[in-house]
Amino acid sequence: MKKNRSETVLKIVMYIVCIILSILSIMPFWIMIMNATRSTTEIQQHAISLLPSSYTMKNLSILLGKSFNPIVGFTNSALISIGSTACAIYFSALTAYSLVVYDWKLKRPFFSFIMAVMMIPAQITMIGFYQMVYKAQMTNNLLMLILPAIASPSMVFFMRQYIQPALSLELVNAARIDGAKEFRIFNTIALPILKPALATQAIFSFVSSWNNLFTPLVLLTNKDKYTMPIMVSLLRGDIYKTEYGSVYLGLTLTVLPSIIVYLFLSKYIIEGVAMGSVKG
Amino acid sequence: MKRKKQLGSTKYAKYGYIFCIPFVVTFLIFSLYPIIYTTVIGFTDFKGLGATSFRFLDDPFQNFKLILANPSFITALKNTLKMWIFNFIPQMLIALLLTAWFTDRRSKIKGQGIFKVLFYMPNIITAATVAILFNSLFGYPMGPVNDLLIRFGIIDEPIKFLINKGIAQGIVSFIQFWMWYGYTMVILISGVLGISPEIFESASVDGANRVQTFFYITIPSIKTILLFTLVTSLIGGLNMFDIPKLFLLGGPDNATLTTSVFIYNQAFSGSYMYNRAAAASMIMFVIIAILSAILFLALRDRDEDQIRKYAKEQKKLMKEGRK
Repeated sequence: MKKNRSETVLKIVMYIVCIILSILSIMPFWIMIMNATRSTTEIQQHAISLLPSSYTMKNLSILLGKSFNPIVGFTNSALISIGSTACAIYFSALTAYSLVVYDWKLKRPFFSFIMAVMMIPAQITMIGFYQMVYKAQMTNNLLMLILPAIASPSMVFFMRQYIQPALSLELVNAARIDGAKEFRIFNTIALPILKPALATQAIFSFVSSWNNLFTPLVLLTNKDKYTMPIMVSLLRGDIYKTEYGSVYLGLTLTVLPSIIVYLFLSKYIIEGVAMGSVKG
Repeated sequence: MKRKKQLGSTKYAKYGYIFCIPFVVTFLIFSLYPIIYTTVIGFTDFKGLGATSFRFLDDPFQNFKLILANPSFITALKNTLKMWIFNFIPQMLIALLLTAWFTDRRSKIKGQGIFKVLFYMPNIITAATVAILFNSLFGYPMGPVNDLLIRFGIIDEPIKFLINKGIAQGIVSFIQFWMWYGYTMVILISGVLGISPEIFESASVDGANRVQTFFYITIPSIKTILLFTLVTSLIGGLNMFDIPKLFLLGGPDNATLTTSVFIYNQAFSGSYMYNRAAAASMIMFVIIAILSAILFLALRDRDEDQIRKYAKEQKKLMKEGRK
């Protein structure tokens, strides 16, 4: 009897903590979305409202009348994210495939090397990277944000862990007997088997590229090339200082696509995080 | 048979090299060359917007000495560590607590799926957006947080949160905590689910209660995952840029200045000191390399431990077989 009661108390505590944390996750975004529909005067009187108002279009016209251009930001971010994700997953799979399927002399040292450089953050090498791109006069070229993804050491590491048990060498050999060329075997046999791993890695690669601020901020100086995070950083500037409603609307425009996509893919994303940790 | 297989694999070995070419070439151009170039710049007088030529300094380590003696850099390093610690400790504690609850075998929490989705959500939102959002939330005099506190009668007058150094640092730590505890929780849960259920069963047969099981069985079993989380979080924390850069631009009075923001400001604003920024980058690189090495060694040791354990079990089985 007594044990049952302590059990109930524990359960209540669990639910209270979980609900508080859930509110903490939702509240900031809820306030933001509601304030995006309210006028600056309304926000100054009461900064929190649980219900929307009717100033969305007015906020939008103020927002777009200044330097914030969500369509340009969205297009550039989409181009970079799609391009770099495609490069990253295809070439990481190819590299990981060569580490599993073939026996070559430098295979082991190469894999050790990949593990060693996996943790080097891009930011550390930014000065040299910037100077290199600047000298080549490519600073506003989106390719400079896409091509480096071809060499993604941590993704190669993950793919190798996945390929090893998933792909049987007999299958590769059978295809060879049928006369298939090596590159064709990779594209038509290995890639379809790797689909689940490619999908998970694609999501993470896309999200991190979409959210990246540092590299684009350093490289892109032309307003037509700005990405979404750079557009967002403009909202911090003086020109929007007193336009509370518009700032909230600008933030909302950048958050909504992410939240909507997340709600559809959340199951895969969370599974993907869990999967990636197994390597630890 | 064996020989034939070997012959076959040497025949195909060249494809191993060919398939790695795109990775290797890209790595050489976009990673290795910038690393070397950054190191070289650290020893030169390279500065000024649009500058293209440089010469080596008479005292090669001058930039490194200047950076290590620079009070802003020391402040930035201290801030970065402080804000990381105040984010990591609560993050780990909450993640462990939720892991214990969500993996409890006796009382299942309903709606776990929804809770996980909500806890993880802040992690996928653009950090730049989150930084500016929190700047607005803590606004003065009528930001939402002030509004909330006044409505509930907790305070009478609005507070200027963002000019207080301690509060500003605390908010940055909180944002990091808020964005990452869900991620850590998902990783820890998957680690706990990977523990063999027999261990838990034998613990409950031995009469271990919930708390004992958690501290004596669960935590030791996920030691490597905890270490992995610690090191990756520390490396991420040492590179913290988006949030401190956009939340208060490193202010008030350098309180939220991190090393990454310091490096950015040195190189891409003011007098464009590429050489100093490169030297600071290299100092951070050394710190991160040491941390990575620690993780690498720890993970390797675990593999060796497993092999040793496996060999022991094999021996035991053989002995039993003989009986």
